[in-house]
Amino acid sequence: MSRGAAFTGALVLALAVVLAFLTLPLVAIFLDVGPGDLVASLDDPGSVDALLLSVEVTAIALIVIVALGTPAAWLLATRSFPGRSVAITLVELPLVVPPAVAGIGLLAALGPQGLLGDALEQAGVELVFQTAGVVVALVFVASPFYVRQALAAFTALDPSLIEASRTLGAGDVRTFLRVALPGARAGLVAGGALAWGRALGEFGATLVFAGSLTGVTQTAPLAIYERFSADFTGALALSAVLVAASGAILLAVKPAGGSRVLGDARG
Amino acid sequence: MTGRVGRVRAALTAVIAVFALAAAGCGDSDDSGGSSKPRLTVSAAASLKKAFTAYGGDFSGARARFSFAGSDELAAQIRKGVRPDVFAAANVKLPDQLYREGKVERPVVFAGNRLVLAVPAKSPRVRSLGDLRQEGVKLAVGSASVPVGSYTREVLGRLPPTQSKAILGNVRSNEPDVGGVVGKLSQGAADAGFVYVTDVVATRGRVKAVELPKSLQPSVRYGAAVVKGAKQPKQAKRFIDGLLTGKGLETMDGAGFEPPPR
Repeated sequence: MSRGAAFTGALVLALAVVLAFLTLPLVAIFLDVGPGDLVASLDDPGSVDALLLSVEVTAIALIVIVALGTPAAWLLATRSFPGRSVAITLVELPLVVPPAVAGIGLLAALGPQGLLGDALEQAGVELVFQTAGVVVALVFVASPFYVRQALAAFTALDPSLIEASRTLGAGDVRTFLRVALPGARAGLVAGGALAWGRALGEFGATLVFAGSLTGVTQTAPLAIYERFSADFTGALALSAVLVAASGAILLAVKPAGGSRVLGDARG
Repeated sequence: MTGRVGRVRAALTAVIAVFALAAAGCGDSDDSGGSSKPRLTVSAAASLKKAFTAYGGDFSGARARFSFAGSDELAAQIRKGVRPDVFAAANVKLPDQLYREGKVERPVVFAGNRLVLAVPAKSPRVRSLGDLRQEGVKLAVGSASVPVGSYTREVLGRLPPTQSKAILGNVRSNEPDVGGVVGKLSQGAADAGFVYVTDVVATRGRVKAVELPKSLQPSVRYGAAVVKGAKQPKQAKRFIDGLLTGKGLETMDGAGFEPPPR
């Protein structure tokens, strides 16, 4: 056997191991309960509340992330200023912070005894134990996924397009809206999907910062954890819904025709 | 071209080496550091964290490793095939259930505890059980499936129904273990919560206890058992025996636990 064939064989083996390892737990979720049990255990009003709450808070969080993250990423992509790389690192920091640490940090910053606790109280803003607190936790952990991807998408734009837009008399705002946003659309959508997926799965920061109460702060992952001890089938059913929803979102934003392979002509 | 293949091969080798090292590290890290003691895995209720960590440091037979969580979560893990050597719960119900299901050996009661109303030490809004029904009081409790949560509901169930209903209406979070309740209290996020008196001792003054009237006090007893299929059944038995008579009893006493009822 030639070295090339052996190498390809090793690559195939590695991919097979990676795929088996990553899909086995997800497949097990669907195999462990029959579809009948699955549907029946979703009858539990607490489960439905948790799913609806998850939809609500992840949608709001995604809107906040996109509304703030897009202009922030455009600035980082187009202007060089002192401290730019520090700013990029700071944006990425929540990616490597453990979720429970994020929750403790949010409590220390925005909790009643936190840095901004008094200011928030005077403004009448209450976050701990509130649905708004869940949104805050989700935005904190999920926004780096979007901003990173948006930054990459903007910097990958063809500079001559931006240049041409300006030469033809379009202002900064028009260039951003008419050229940059459409050009970076695929990257922005992918970033949004990643951020949404991360927010949907958020557990630790939500529990530590916002607590867990049915209909108020108990999102689907928290409901799954609560059911794990007493109602394993219910936990599996909710898990199955989450896996299916996340998979559907990922599929929906995959570019038609599949992704590019190294060496393909740039399109 | 050969350069690239060489680099890829080097990278692959490095990845495999890292995995091998990590696997080896997981397998027999108890042999590192010149100690050849066996490793004892203990799944214990979150409220035992401080006392057991201290006891484990003194335990001579084995290097004890702990998994602290809500007793119900740990029991669910054992039902799903996880095999620690020792299971220690904040009630006797869960070890008894596991014993009947053939998952653990016969359990013993090794300690008692007291449920208290806990409030933040700094400017507490709640000073007595009666304050709990006031509007706007934020209460954090254990969820119904974890022992501290079921003791809490036992206490509330002994109050007049209108009172217990008003108090339950003020619950703002059902935490998965007692640590979550204590954390919310010490951050001042919650105004009150029901925890064990030993948890209050462990916060070193950040949280204050309000004792419950004797008539409301539930019987809080801790049960422990050797898990069937344990890798270190002898050491597991020694660990539990030590809680009843030896060093463990002293440590538990120092942490504020009550001796096992005779």
